[in-house]
Amino acid sequence: MKMSKKETVYSVNQEVIEEKEYSTLNLGPTHPATHGIFQNVLKMDGEIIHEATPTIGYIHRAFEKLAERRPYAQITPITDRMNYCSSPINNMGWYMTVEKLIGAEIPKRAQYHRVIIMELARIADHIICNSVIGVDTGAMTGFLYIFQWREKIYEIFEEICGARLTTNIGRIGGFDKEWNKKTWDLIDAFLKGFPAGLKEFSNLLERNKIFMDRTVNCGPITAEKALGYGFTGPNLRAAGIDYDVRVMNPYSSYEDFTFTIPVGTQGDTYDRFMVRQHEMWQSLSIIEQAIKKMPEGPMHANLPDFYLPPKEEVYNNMEALIYHFKIVMGETDVPVGEVYHCVEGGNGELGFYLISDGGRTPYRLHFRRPCFIYYQAYSEMVKGIMLSDAILTMSSMNVIAGELDS
Amino acid sequence: MELLDRVSAKLNERFPGEIESAALLYDYPVFTVNKDSIHDVLKFLKEDEELNFHFLTTLCGVQTADEKQLGVVYHLHNMPKNYRIRLKTFFDINKPEIPTVTDLYPTANWMERETYDFFGVRFKGHPNLKRILNVDEMDIFPMRKEYPLEDQTRTDKKDDMFGR
Repeated sequence: MKMSKKETVYSVNQEVIEEKEYSTLNLGPTHPATHGIFQNVLKMDGEIIHEATPTIGYIHRAFEKLAERRPYAQITPITDRMNYCSSPINNMGWYMTVEKLIGAEIPKRAQYHRVIIMELARIADHIICNSVIGVDTGAMTGFLYIFQWREKIYEIFEEICGARLTTNIGRIGGFDKEWNKKTWDLIDAFLKGFPAGLKEFSNLLERNKIFMDRTVNCGPITAEKALGYGFTGPNLRAAGIDYDVRVMNPYSSYEDFTFTIPVGTQGDTYDRFMVRQHEMWQSLSIIEQAIKKMPEGPMHANLPDFYLPPKEEVYNNMEALIYHFKIVMGETDVPVGEVYHCVEGGNGELGFYLISDGGRTPYRLHFRRPCFIYYQAYSEMVKGIMLSDAILTMSSMNVIAGELDS
Repeated sequence: MELLDRVSAKLNERFPGEIESAALLYDYPVFTVNKDSIHDVLKFLKEDEELNFHFLTTLCGVQTADEKQLGVVYHLHNMPKNYRIRLKTFFDINKPEIPTVTDLYPTANWMERETYDFFGVRFKGHPNLKRILNVDEMDIFPMRKEYPLEDQTRTDKKDDMFGR
């Protein structure tokens, strides 16, 4: 058929007609499906997301500014409130940063105790993330069953330090005291019972056809893009990069333990889920190894400038009283210098960049918060996918509002 | 130490006179770079075959103690070889302008926005340089030392004793 001029004009008009009208949808700030305070202004084409504009900062609490006025020991509670799903890791990361600055040697026994605490926290963090992925796909059962184990972990924390969520666990230099018998009983009970619980959870979801249909190829990201966007932790490993701070820059005696780093291939929701799932098994094995190899020795380094002396000595001994006073009033001398220390947090490389001018407070403290850094990829990851998949992508990235906004 | 020597040799050869200092601070080789060449230095470090610092760990602002200069600190990482270095650049607080590195590292986008938000560093060429954590209406840059955390006019607290 010969194409007439009129038809050409018509096809131009067709393009005009095809210009769509998008609807705007406000997802958040407080929406039950986002599990935290995030706002995303979505430009929707029906059920498909055309563009997402995230707004963050709803629970910004100026931690970096606050830290410039607080003595070193008082900064620990700030770190609790970043990734509150695994606050012990944040605490330990902060202690290790200060210990690096003052050049403290931590006894092996305290280091092994730290490893146990950090791996328990990692399990708690991954339990939350993975069970919530289940909830967002509509599988409530797994969540209800596995969450009791998170409760058991919190009971262990409570026995050690008195707090459950914002733990403030340990001290600069080690731990305040030996763990009591009840703590070890709780840990033993956890190690005995949790494998069955985790197995049950994986039976419910891992090879579940409905779950796999829902999560495979949902919100994928390639390894190159993930690196470009600064992904670390399980989300980067799901994309196929075997980067783990525990192996790359071992801290707190992680080099003494044998464990594998699970790696995914597609970087989609299913891979992120599976990487976390396998990491929980690895964490369990690390805890068991740490208990088995537990060395004898003191629970804290010899750091009278940072480590509160026992109460009876404070009352009966002048030096102890002076140290107690100096620590509580934040009058301890620290060296001038700057350090960067990173630990493998629940979501990736949690870094502390600390500049000290020798004063009672840090001159500058910057937190490398993994969530803040990788959440910027979200708007690209959800482009062109369904709204329900976007919810799933967010929960599988495990974006924690406290860490995002600092 | 070995990494420090190698990187500084390469940088001094490629950018003579632009590297203001090089030192090993704890476990990190630290370089101070002239602000005019920071983008070229980062590009060189990223594209150099041997060093290949392909990962920007973090980027943050600092202020010097005399409150006259602002700085930006880059932490770079080469994951396969596990090289980590820190780069710093300083500039006048009244003219806080440096080139963006979002073209090299997409992850710098929000980090630079955060630095702008808190220190007021203007990154030239940044695709969307506006506040990220604070409210848009804010007219100060709160992490600068000229804005102390507590109201300095308070009289109900005596802090002379403990040097606060």
